[in-house]
Amino acid sequence: MKYLVQKGGWLILLLLCVAFPLVSSNDYQLYVMSLAFIWAIAASGLNLVTGFTGQLNLAHGGFMAIGAYTLGVLTVDYGVPFWIAFLLSGAVSAFIGYFVGIVSLRLKEHYFAIFTLCVGFILYLLIEKWEALTHGTSGVIGVPAPPPIGPVSFESAISQYYLVLFLLVVSLFLMHRIVTSLLGRTFIAIRNSEELAEALGINLMRNKVLSFVLSTFFAGIAGGMFAGFVRFIGPDIAHVMHTFDMITFMLVGGIGTLLGPIVGTLLVTWLTQSLQFLQDFRMIVFGPLLVLLVIFFPHGLVGSYKIWQVKRAAKRAAEAQQAGTPIQSKSRIETNASGEGVGEEARSNA
Amino acid sequence: MLNVKGLTKRFGGLAAVNNVDADFEKGKITAIIGPNGAGKTTFFNLVAGTHKPTSGKILFQGKEINAMRADLVARLGIARTFQTTHLFENASVFDNIIVGHRLRTHSGFWDVMVNSRRLRNEEQICRKRAMEVLDFVGLADLAPRITADISQEARKRVAFALAMATDPEMVLLDEPAGGVNPDETVGLSELIKKMVVHGYTVGLIEHKMDMIMGIADKIIVLDHGEKIAEGSPAEVRSNPLVIEAYLGSEHAAA
Repeated sequence: MKYLVQKGGWLILLLLCVAFPLVSSNDYQLYVMSLAFIWAIAASGLNLVTGFTGQLNLAHGGFMAIGAYTLGVLTVDYGVPFWIAFLLSGAVSAFIGYFVGIVSLRLKEHYFAIFTLCVGFILYLLIEKWEALTHGTSGVIGVPAPPPIGPVSFESAISQYYLVLFLLVVSLFLMHRIVTSLLGRTFIAIRNSEELAEALGINLMRNKVLSFVLSTFFAGIAGGMFAGFVRFIGPDIAHVMHTFDMITFMLVGGIGTLLGPIVGTLLVTWLTQSLQFLQDFRMIVFGPLLVLLVIFFPHGLVGSYKIWQVKRAAKRAAEAQQAGTPIQSKSRIETNASGEGVGEEARSNA
Repeated sequence: MLNVKGLTKRFGGLAAVNNVDADFEKGKITAIIGPNGAGKTTFFNLVAGTHKPTSGKILFQGKEINAMRADLVARLGIARTFQTTHLFENASVFDNIIVGHRLRTHSGFWDVMVNSRRLRNEEQICRKRAMEVLDFVGLADLAPRITADISQEARKRVAFALAMATDPEMVLLDEPAGGVNPDETVGLSELIKKMVVHGYTVGLIEHKMDMIMGIADKIIVLDHGEKIAEGSPAEVRSNPLVIEAYLGSEHAAA
């Protein structure tokens, strides 16, 4: 029962997502939702390196594009089976991510962010200009849809929706494992203070590169799924604007929290959708909303809730002590899985 | 335990630490004092691997560690604290300490992916160690509290606890009593003595003379990056060079 209460938020969200196709009125809503899930996977990858490890990577959209193009080019031009190309989209993105990581992570803080901004732009240009490989500005047309796995086919909008949802759940499960483990604690220590982390014997470079590579893997997978879902990819997907979109998702939901990027992505996507009738004027509504959110919820929605939760737990612990019931045993202390905390970046980025 | 010979660090034309020899004996408290800008923290940074020395030798337990990376120095058994400890403010004190023992664990990425037995064991070990060191520094009661809410003195103790969680042989403390009141300073002195009793070797930078004179076995005085005196508290107190460079006005007033 206690387990249910603790994981309540997750379960409710999952149930809502599973039930969504039953209540949605048309395929378009399913399409928007599925696309939001794909962005959420990419955003939660960015969250690992930026929210948990404290390295603002502005090339993330570029890595998503690498994933998308890996799948698109391999399936369309080289006839590689979809699912193999899909796995490769994550692998290729992570492979390139490794080399970008070992170079760019030699820089710190703003310099790292500026460097990766340039890397992102170079990736964009590469994709646009390297016509022999990427078809240049005309893009890759006719990317195959995900083929059936055994008896399960992904032809209808509903089945594609569940496929993407499944991928998101698996991604989050892995992400949860990472950030609540000793490895996640290591990343968080680096975010808090590189100086202190190093003094505690943490190899900064190795851990930062690992976090970077993992985040690019998630970006690549999201990109691959994006290509298979939208069926067309152009160089625009590598545009740095998409990286900033993902940063917005993180900030709205809560940077450095597991659920934050997901909530942020869904919320912003639907808000943008529902303001569609205002056309370009929607930014007039959207901008001030974002400003208000950053002022009143500097840690994002999930982040602010988490902090409230942690404070309440700490207060109760303090009251329990004052009431004369000292903590009895070491294992009694409930640690609020450190992974669920909130990045200091939230403030500075905002 | 730690022997430093001819240690020099130049930043451009400025010699922040100039040709300093120093020996830190096992199981003793060796303090480094000196006016602001004398090169004390730089000295610690050189020993701990944060900065690379321009020249000179640093031997830890007979092993040369100059220009070794900071995380490797920590693995060898030299832990340090900083003047300000950047903790994860929105997590509990206990959560902040757990990662301190990370360097003694071996679980990597694949352990995390499959949630291996080794990972689970090591997490338990880290938690156990965190509770032990919090107990040692007298903060067991504060363990579940949120870090943002604890006092300056408690923060200093958390810094000690983090350093001790790395299982060091030697601990370098950079101004452990900075910004805490006199009563609390006494408490921290007691804690440092307790560390020595438990077999740690301590290197200490501090401005509070009462504290230094009370607990140091040996004092090294730096001024403008150079060592101007060395000896027991009594010797240093009566050394005219030291009085002139550092204690002068204070002694004149006393």
